[in-house]
Amino acid sequence: MNAPGARTVVSFALLATLSGCSAGYLEIPIETPIQPKLDVRPFSRVYVAGFVATGTDEVDGNLETVRLLRSQLRNKGALRVIDADAITLSDLVSTAPDPAAGGAAGTAPAAAQGDIGDDAAFAPYEKVFADKDYWKKVGEEMQQPLIVTGTVSFRPQQRSGFVQRERETFDALGRRVVQPERTYMERKGFVLRPNFVFIDGRTGETLHSESFREEILYNSNQTTPPLSSFFELMDRLLPSFLNTLSAQKVRGSRTLLK
Amino acid sequence: MIRRLFVVTLLSALLAAPAYADARGDARQQVEFGIAVAQKGLWREAIFRWQRATELDPSYAQAFNNLAIAYEHEGDLTKARDAYDKALRLEPNNPLIKQNFELFKEINERTGRKDGR
Repeated sequence: MNAPGARTVVSFALLATLSGCSAGYLEIPIETPIQPKLDVRPFSRVYVAGFVATGTDEVDGNLETVRLLRSQLRNKGALRVIDADAITLSDLVSTAPDPAAGGAAGTAPAAAQGDIGDDAAFAPYEKVFADKDYWKKVGEEMQQPLIVTGTVSFRPQQRSGFVQRERETFDALGRRVVQPERTYMERKGFVLRPNFVFIDGRTGETLHSESFREEILYNSNQTTPPLSSFFELMDRLLPSFLNTLSAQKVRGSRTLLK
Repeated sequence: MIRRLFVVTLLSALLAAPAYADARGDARQQVEFGIAVAQKGLWREAIFRWQRATELDPSYAQAFNNLAIAYEHEGDLTKARDAYDKALRLEPNNPLIKQNFELFKEINERTGRKDGR
């Protein structure tokens, strides 16, 4: 670089520094390391066993969740992922003896039949997740991994009401003007509510469980395949799911002050 | 008597002002040096400088704010929260400190380690 060129660069650098100084603040990118919520050091393998799914028939919540979590753990997790068939948990409840029915085989709860919309639907499955003997047996078959199971509710929703939007106009001089505007809209979309349960494959004990809720709404004239919405919503909560098992770095920015 | 008291108060104020200004001036130098090294990715050095600044001037909210950010970057969220608390106690209405703290809280809520052993 020649002398005048170098002088220009130095001048710009000084100008930038001085403007920063005069502002009294400076935005800086940071990466915060987040420790995993669960200490997975005792495990070398993870088995995504299966989920109780309810909601729309257009997406197989059990198989899609198993497939997605396995692929994410394979790419971003530290544990080896076991590729075994997923368990159909609804079968466990329907075949388990029901003490209330005098020990006779119970019937499948409504969640398995796909027509339940509240938390009570999953209640019968709580005893499955708490069944230490069952999970210990599964663990023995899979060489004592960390087991991931739980419930997934993915159902359509419809909502209408006033929505605030930004309306873009151009004035007489051709300048862009953005103004807030309230309009009545009918929207439809989906709600995803998974609950992930982490079980110790050596003892069958539940180590941790975590629930999420994500929703998405589109204009009523927009057609989005349910599977796309399912993945879009899952994508939002995957960082939190992965952070349960492995350290993650959260990127952001903060303002340094003088 | 009142006049004597007034003179004594005035003198002490005059003597204390330069001392305060010196402390703030020295602390500001440390803060600015810390910012320069943080921009180069030398966060541990930045922590040292901003800690020094808070020792020189414990009323310097901006130094505590920067220290909190550095602790966040290092993953020490407990120390980050303490530093934000001190910064906000000193300047509760500073919008930039409040904004940093809100962003920190979002991350902090995602933690909560469970023992798998």
